[in-house]
Amino acid sequence: MSNEIIKLKAVNKWFSDFQVLKDINLSVNQKEKIVICGPSGSGKSTLIRCINRLEEHQEGSIVVDGTEISAETKNIELIRADVGMVFQQFNLFPHLSILDNCTLALIWVKKLPKKKAEELAMKNLTRVQIDDQALKFPGQLSGGQQQRAAIARALCMEPKIMLFDEPTSALDPEMIKEVLDVMVDLAKGGMTMIVVTHEMGFAKEVADNMIFMDEGRIVEKAKTKDFFDNPKSDRTKLFLSQIL
Amino acid sequence: MIKNLFTTKPNIRSLKLYVSIGLIFLFFSFLDVFLNSLFDINLTFFFSDFISFFLPLTLGYIGFYSIRIEQTGNIFLDTINKKINSTSFNSVLTLLSFFAIIKYSPPLLSWLVFDANISGSTKEDCTGDGACWVFIKVWFKRFMYGMYPNAEQWRINTAFLILFTSIGSVYFVPEKYKNYLISFSILGFPLIAFLLIYFLISGGSFGLEWVETGAWGGLSLTFIVSFFALIFCFPIGIFLALGRRSSLPVIKYSSIGFIEFWRGVPLITVLFMSAVMFPMFLPDGTYMDKLVRAIIAITLFESAYMAEVVRGGLQALPRGQYDAAKSLGLGYWRMNLLIILPQALKLVIPGIANTFLALIKDTPLIFVVGLLEIAGMIGLAKTNPKWLGMATEGYVFAGAVFWVICFSLSRYSQNLEKKLSTER
Repeated sequence: MSNEIIKLKAVNKWFSDFQVLKDINLSVNQKEKIVICGPSGSGKSTLIRCINRLEEHQEGSIVVDGTEISAETKNIELIRADVGMVFQQFNLFPHLSILDNCTLALIWVKKLPKKKAEELAMKNLTRVQIDDQALKFPGQLSGGQQQRAAIARALCMEPKIMLFDEPTSALDPEMIKEVLDVMVDLAKGGMTMIVVTHEMGFAKEVADNMIFMDEGRIVEKAKTKDFFDNPKSDRTKLFLSQIL
Repeated sequence: MIKNLFTTKPNIRSLKLYVSIGLIFLFFSFLDVFLNSLFDINLTFFFSDFISFFLPLTLGYIGFYSIRIEQTGNIFLDTINKKINSTSFNSVLTLLSFFAIIKYSPPLLSWLVFDANISGSTKEDCTGDGACWVFIKVWFKRFMYGMYPNAEQWRINTAFLILFTSIGSVYFVPEKYKNYLISFSILGFPLIAFLLIYFLISGGSFGLEWVETGAWGGLSLTFIVSFFALIFCFPIGIFLALGRRSSLPVIKYSSIGFIEFWRGVPLITVLFMSAVMFPMFLPDGTYMDKLVRAIIAITLFESAYMAEVVRGGLQALPRGQYDAAKSLGLGYWRMNLLIILPQALKLVIPGIANTFLALIKDTPLIFVVGLLEIAGMIGLAKTNPKWLGMATEGYVFAGAVFWVICFSLSRYSQNLEKKLSTER
């Protein structure tokens, strides 16, 4: 498969003596949208954090865009710059305005001139429809606006892959939709996305493949339609019956 | 009516009655203390000592009790009730504080101002009971410049004038150049200050007479020592704090070792070592000025404290900030300089100010290496045979000078905190 952009092979990870990831095998193609679900503590977040090495894995190999990620990887920053990430807690930089949040990495990592960086940032802020908030500080925005700003910040780097770590879990129900709309829009634009979420409606709409994880294992990986219509494992059935 | 007065609580219906009764009681309470402490008249001499002693408090208590009526509509009364008369306990505290002020401020003021002597030029001119400010007046130049030759003192004045103007001019820098300001204050100021001190205050070139550091002293020395110790201990402290959290064992443990060593020894021993032991380690023929040694000693000492203050800020930041910075592709230094430190330092401005104030107030200890800044000069002056017994005036003066410096720094740090706040 030539257009494979992420490949995980037999990945194991421990937090001291607790094994969080057990023999994870996964490959993601370009423009593929994958939704990962599962009960809390099942290792979903850890898995996607391993992909841009916010967590280190101890065994197995993770290849992102042709580069193996390990302790020996030089310039891990370059890979991270190509992998955008959106967090549950937004993690905007509170001491910078929304615009500066977006331009910071463009100026310091991609070395764009300030004016060009601001143009690009405004373009992405417009895309998530908060261009009118550009000069405000994160603390002055609502949760939904903050999360959209965080998405814009990640998009500014023009990443090849976007990772979403429960992007709507810290939001009020009213604000979930505005964030999901942005993500749906992004998916339609052809972005490669790995999304950890419990929003099954969103999953049905955009996901190509669903992954169900439990206790550090990938229990089931299937096409979205198959996953919801006739899940194979009992654990998946139980999970789906509880959240749908 | 009168019967009601003693059976019911003060209430808003008979507001005027209660307030007038309260004010009368309060008036007599304060009058008694006032006459007693200022004119030694005891209005209640006909009572026994015990009653006479507690009478003002009792009267005041009744007075405050009667005026404690909620929401009277009178702003003055409401403010008093809310701020200083909210409960019986608070009213007693209020009374005791007022009594203390009435009793102790007259003797204090008369010593400081009314009975003080300011004219004359010798100790014998101090004939009054109060403070002898003549001592400060006569020794003022020494307290400011130490043993620096009188004829050359303009050099110190000029140097400080230039330095303070350049600090002050920072406020008038146009918005366009604000970005260069940080690098200027990190590199420019120390350089300007060093050049000024080296060429102007120390002299020895450009036809200026050389003045050895042993002759420097007084308040100007306090400023020189604090200034250099402050600007150097800050970056060193930041590096140590980052080092202590580093994942590289060598850096981590050497930072811990450094911090714990300097935090564990008293400053006075450090200064003593710098004066006595340090020169022994220097190769023959090399020489380091004792002022430089003292500044280095204070810098290293305070940087250990600074490191722990900064580390507190680093630990207060949520892990998400590191994650977000890393996920954008920022490397270690950019992450720390652009994301982590600006937030962490902002959080610990009070702690940084604390360390700075402690540093300034630690400078008098340089007397152990024979350098006499303002407190040291006062210590010297008070042992002058012609001016024996002037220790109180001297140290009150030193205290006031230090207070002014430290208080302005403290206000500055509060302003900075407000200015940098991006909370809504």
